[in-house]
Amino acid sequence: MGYLKRPLIFMLVIWLPMEVSYAQPTGMSAITGGSYVPFYGSDTAVVTVDNFLIDQYPVTNEEFLEFVKKYPSWQRSQVKRLFAEEAYLTVWESDTVLGNAVLPQAPVTYVSWFAAKHYCQCQGKRLPTMEEWEFLAIADKQRSDAREDATFHQAILQWYEQPAPKVLPEVGNTEKNYWGVYDLHGLVWEWVLNFNSVMITGESRNDTALDRNLYCAGGALASTDLMNYAAFMRFAFRSSLKASYTLKNLGFRCAGVKDKEL
Amino acid sequence: MNTKTHYPTRILSVFLILLILACQENKTQNYSFEIGGTRDATLTAPPHVPTTDLNRTHALKQTVHLEIIEHVREIAEGVDYTFWTFGGTVPGSFIRVREGDQVEFHLMNHPDNKMPHNIDLHAVNGPGGGATSSFTAPGHETVFSFKALNPGLYVYHCAVAPVGMHIANGMYGLILVEPVEGLPPVDKEYYIMQGDFYTKGDHGDRGLQPFDMRKAMEEDADYVVFNGSVSALTGDNAITAEVGETVRLYVGNGGPNLVSSFHVIGEIFDKVHIEGGDAINENVQTTLIPAGGATIVEFKVDVPGTFILVDHSIFRAFNKGALAMLKVGGTEDTTIYSGQQDDRIYLPEGGTPQELPQSEVLKEPIVGLQAKIEAGKVVYTRVCQACHQAEGQGIPGAFPPLANSDYLNSDVDRAIAVVIHGLSGPIEVNGERYDAVMPKLDLSDEEIANTITYVLNSWGNSGGEVTEEQVLAQRDKESPQTSSIH
Repeated sequence: MGYLKRPLIFMLVIWLPMEVSYAQPTGMSAITGGSYVPFYGSDTAVVTVDNFLIDQYPVTNEEFLEFVKKYPSWQRSQVKRLFAEEAYLTVWESDTVLGNAVLPQAPVTYVSWFAAKHYCQCQGKRLPTMEEWEFLAIADKQRSDAREDATFHQAILQWYEQPAPKVLPEVGNTEKNYWGVYDLHGLVWEWVLNFNSVMITGESRNDTALDRNLYCAGGALASTDLMNYAAFMRFAFRSSLKASYTLKNLGFRCAGVKDKEL
Repeated sequence: MNTKTHYPTRILSVFLILLILACQENKTQNYSFEIGGTRDATLTAPPHVPTTDLNRTHALKQTVHLEIIEHVREIAEGVDYTFWTFGGTVPGSFIRVREGDQVEFHLMNHPDNKMPHNIDLHAVNGPGGGATSSFTAPGHETVFSFKALNPGLYVYHCAVAPVGMHIANGMYGLILVEPVEGLPPVDKEYYIMQGDFYTKGDHGDRGLQPFDMRKAMEEDADYVVFNGSVSALTGDNAITAEVGETVRLYVGNGGPNLVSSFHVIGEIFDKVHIEGGDAINENVQTTLIPAGGATIVEFKVDVPGTFILVDHSIFRAFNKGALAMLKVGGTEDTTIYSGQQDDRIYLPEGGTPQELPQSEVLKEPIVGLQAKIEAGKVVYTRVCQACHQAEGQGIPGAFPPLANSDYLNSDVDRAIAVVIHGLSGPIEVNGERYDAVMPKLDLSDEEIANTITYVLNSWGNSGGEVTEEQVLAQRDKESPQTSSIH
């Protein structure tokens, strides 16, 4: 688990000096912060999220293409191996041509955490935190917290079960949720800033012995709490990642801090 | 390579045995536990088992490449399910290594997959059985190595959270660590694994059925199947043998929940390697296979016929799919099994059983279509339903449907004759091939007329009324021929 420390340190180094002037957000939704109990915590472990802005859609191939044209060091042939593994943007035709294997308006995937994070910075934004992303993800069309609804989870779980289509569809084809945000469920996984601060180890059955505040255990679901099963699977997925990984079903969207923009 | 130091006691004991049994030939005599070569392990899809290589004289380093594939396959006719698989099949590929082999394990998670996966092999001595070293994101490959220290038949499975869901979706298989002296040669080897499945819809509900977490927690299985589907080992997919051959079955139970009471109808296990280990029990009728456990059974087949493999928790077999077939060809031996030699009326008070004319056991006739249907339903429930099921839906691959049945509706006289004379051999019903035996039924003309009338007026069949005269007319005829298919 040594790799856990590296991204965190890296995060601090990059995060602190970031001072960017924020542009008027387009295509973003303003989120009113709130509190919720994440599935891994006890009843007292309430997570509070401040007001923030979030992209309505995942970043598309077309948008990411503009980014790599502007910042050639993030092009496929230029990127440092430390920041993105070999499969980085592998479905694109070349460094600066999307080609026929992807749709321009489909979410960009095969991007690393480093690339996603850098993209957001260059837009004057940042990656959403895991707490923010999960806060959005518990909303359905009408409710900010739909977790009591079994059909809500069933629909999410069904998507998790399905293998990905050969060609990813365009963004915005899923139902808009309570916050005016699309595609949180049913299109691709998404990077979050602190993706592995909650750990499920490869051997998840041991996790009960680990720090309960940080590690989500097989035992965390000892109860019959179906409510959080989908979230549990998201954490399991995130825990399998390293920051340089680039996967077919993993994209991202950006967030911003509201008061800085207003 | 310090292989030898792991084995001093074993080598010593082998030596002692050799001294005692010096006159006997023993394959371990010249066997070296030093790794003497490398090769890619041969993996096989169920129900097949890789061949053994008893001639080799040294341990090997074997490289296993196992690819994880998530895909949609049929779990029953018309019912799809998203299986998560080791190697594309449920159960996963069969792995066969020898005691003392070094195994380099490559786990590859296909890029199209949504989920991270890992593997826990019960044959591994080490944390998580390999799971701690094989947590693999989609589009990635992990590698770890282990030494096969303990001989036996072991389950492997995925252990990523939520573990139950990964197993429930089919992520299990078997690895055989063959003892260094080898298992005795047999004629046929097959690989079978039971698993229970939990779907949102009920058993038989058509279309793509998602996993149902609540049913899984309540252990309320919709399907209990061998090798991942109701029809994986029935009909044309049945495993086969010839009279006189010895069959060895490597049988696992992936669970996630249910314990199997594994039984072969009409056979007795000559040998059972209890729980896949060293202890051998002999002459066993039914053997328990724990969830996450396995067993090796061996038996010689003495007579031809179709032998049904079941979980003898019997509703699972006839109502949830835990049914497989072993078809044995060859010549009859009537001293071992005669087949039916007689069928006569038994009268408890009457001293010696005697055959009575049909007319003397008839009761008052039942008149009117509705009354006949009612009376026929009673007979159906008592006699027919066990196989053809309550709604006449039959059991795919084993018992043909009577509901909406083209075979029935196209020739009612033939259906009458089947009930009177029985039927053996292949027929085609609603496009599906059935090759089994319907016994002749000792029912009166009236009972047969009523029962078939009931069936004809149920479940979408064409209706109509069968008279006793119609039945009588078929009694004198030959037994019906199986259709032109073969």
